Amino acid sequence: MAKNKITRVKRKKTELFDVVNNILVVLITLIVIYPLYFCVIASFSRPSQVALGKTLLWVKDFTLDAYKYVFQEKQLWIGYRNSIIYLVLGTLYNLVLTIPAAYVMTKKYLPLRGPLSWYYFITMYIGGGMIPTYLLIKNLGLIDNPLVLIIGSGVSCYNLIVTRQYFSSSIPQDIFDAAYIDGASELSCFTRIAMPLAKPIIAVMTLYYGVGHWNSYYGALLYIRKSVYYPLQLVLRNILISNELSLAGIENADAETVAYMLYVAEMAQGMKYAIVFIASAPLLVAYPFVQKHFTKGIMIGSVKG
Amino acid sequence: MSKTKKFLKNMYRCRMLYLMVLPSIITLFIFHYIPIYGVQIAFKDYRTSLGIMGSEWVGLKHFKYFIFQYPYFTKVLTNTLKVSLLGLSTFPVPVIFAIMLNEMKNQKLKKVCQMITYAPHFVSTVVVCSMVILFANREGLFNIIAGFFGAEARDFMAMPSAFAPIYVLSGLWSGLGWGTIIYMATLAGVSPELIEAARIDGAGRVKVIWHVQLPHLLPTIVTMFILKMGSLLSVGFEKTFLLQNDLNMDASSVISTYVYEVGMITHQYSYSAAIGLFNNIINIILIVTVNKISNKVANIGLW
Repeated sequence: MAKNKITRVKRKKTELFDVVNNILVVLITLIVIYPLYFCVIASFSRPSQVALGKTLLWVKDFTLDAYKYVFQEKQLWIGYRNSIIYLVLGTLYNLVLTIPAAYVMTKKYLPLRGPLSWYYFITMYIGGGMIPTYLLIKNLGLIDNPLVLIIGSGVSCYNLIVTRQYFSSSIPQDIFDAAYIDGASELSCFTRIAMPLAKPIIAVMTLYYGVGHWNSYYGALLYIRKSVYYPLQLVLRNILISNELSLAGIENADAETVAYMLYVAEMAQGMKYAIVFIASAPLLVAYPFVQKHFTKGIMIGSVKG
Repeated sequence: MSKTKKFLKNMYRCRMLYLMVLPSIITLFIFHYIPIYGVQIAFKDYRTSLGIMGSEWVGLKHFKYFIFQYPYFTKVLTNTLKVSLLGLSTFPVPVIFAIMLNEMKNQKLKKVCQMITYAPHFVSTVVVCSMVILFANREGLFNIIAGFFGAEARDFMAMPSAFAPIYVLSGLWSGLGWGTIIYMATLAGVSPELIEAARIDGAGRVKVIWHVQLPHLLPTIVTMFILKMGSLLSVGFEKTFLLQNDLNMDASSVISTYVYEVGMITHQYSYSAAIGLFNNIINIILIVTVNKISNKVANIGLW
């Protein structure tokens, strides 16, 4: 009888733990998602209502004005186009360098493999820094050349390690040994055996490098002056942080009145929420579909530690 | 003699493999190793007309200037340390969150929570900072919420004292979910038998976490901590630069933004390179020291 009571008490305590834990996790999750949610509903609401705090939970005075004006910001769309180009070409370039190199680094019989892996490894911790790199780019004549945003990033050692880890843990060396006996060359081993088996890791790397290209503004800030070559992130920075909206869409006849000035100021705020949404949308929409691969990448990497 | 011959023959046999690594070697050489060579301008007076090689050696002049003569040296250094130490204090948060997620029994709910908390990782720095600035102004979200508690509206971006908390909290927002992945992966390796055994011995949920899960996590925690220590002095340039304005300059001028200012705006290349190098050297010293300590104390280390 007494024993029964104890177990019941214990179970109750456990359930309480679960309830509290679940509530806390859900609460944290809601806090994390809320800022993004707020930006979305704020972008569809009248800016004056946003400022009054009327849009905390749902849209108030629905309007598409902000989006209407945002679509007329030419520079934003130039940035969008540029970023897509940099993303596609840059990621392709990264993959062409990373995947074969990672494959080769799994070959234990390769002479000089040790020094070679140090050659890659050092780049993870030691670098020239901002100015020496800038001077190099300048001497190469790559300032204001969009090529620098594509080829400048090259190989990330972290990604190389992750890919190598994938190759050596998921493709048994026996397969290659058999292929050699059958007379296959190193190159055909790579293209005919390793590549077809490497689809998952290629997906992960495409995503890693792709997100990097899409989100970076540092390179463009330092090396690109001409606004026709600006990637999206740099345009965003100018619009959202340095307040360089062209407001091309809002110009009209009574441009002098106070009411108009207020409207413009208000609208600029609303447009910023809309731009935050437009800029993050591609990744946030794509992300649930690829999330599995992303985490897989970290898992593979962490096995090595 | 025959040994070298054999070695060369081996190399020749692997020529295809070398060909496959060659492009990456060349790119890294150009974009990574040449700048490392260029770091020597920190010890020179770099003139564009003379080039890196031709410029005159000046020894530690630029380092001495930065440390002893630059009037804001202590300011920049303390700002940097303030931001990174505050950032370091949030280090346990992803660990705790990972444990909480791991304890969830409802797998569906767990998946949803994980997916949502990972999302901010994909929002770019520029957008994160824009959101912060939008929220922090007088009519922004922060003030609306603070208003519920009767607080007066304030422009947080204009307050130097708010800079470090803003920097750290926005970083926590971006990295919280993503930071749990590595701990979740480690927790998945705890053997269920061990947990079962602890349960039978009468341990409650909290005790199991404390005595079974946490010790299992410890090596990962230490590794992550050492890596974090290695970047104590490198408060990220990208975010600081975006959040910086004339009004919060007093707290937001850190080493990395000073490097940018001196190098890219006033074009004192050598001086800027020297500050960057100073920063890197301290980082390396820190990571080596912490690694050594943890090797001694906990027998865990990066190398």
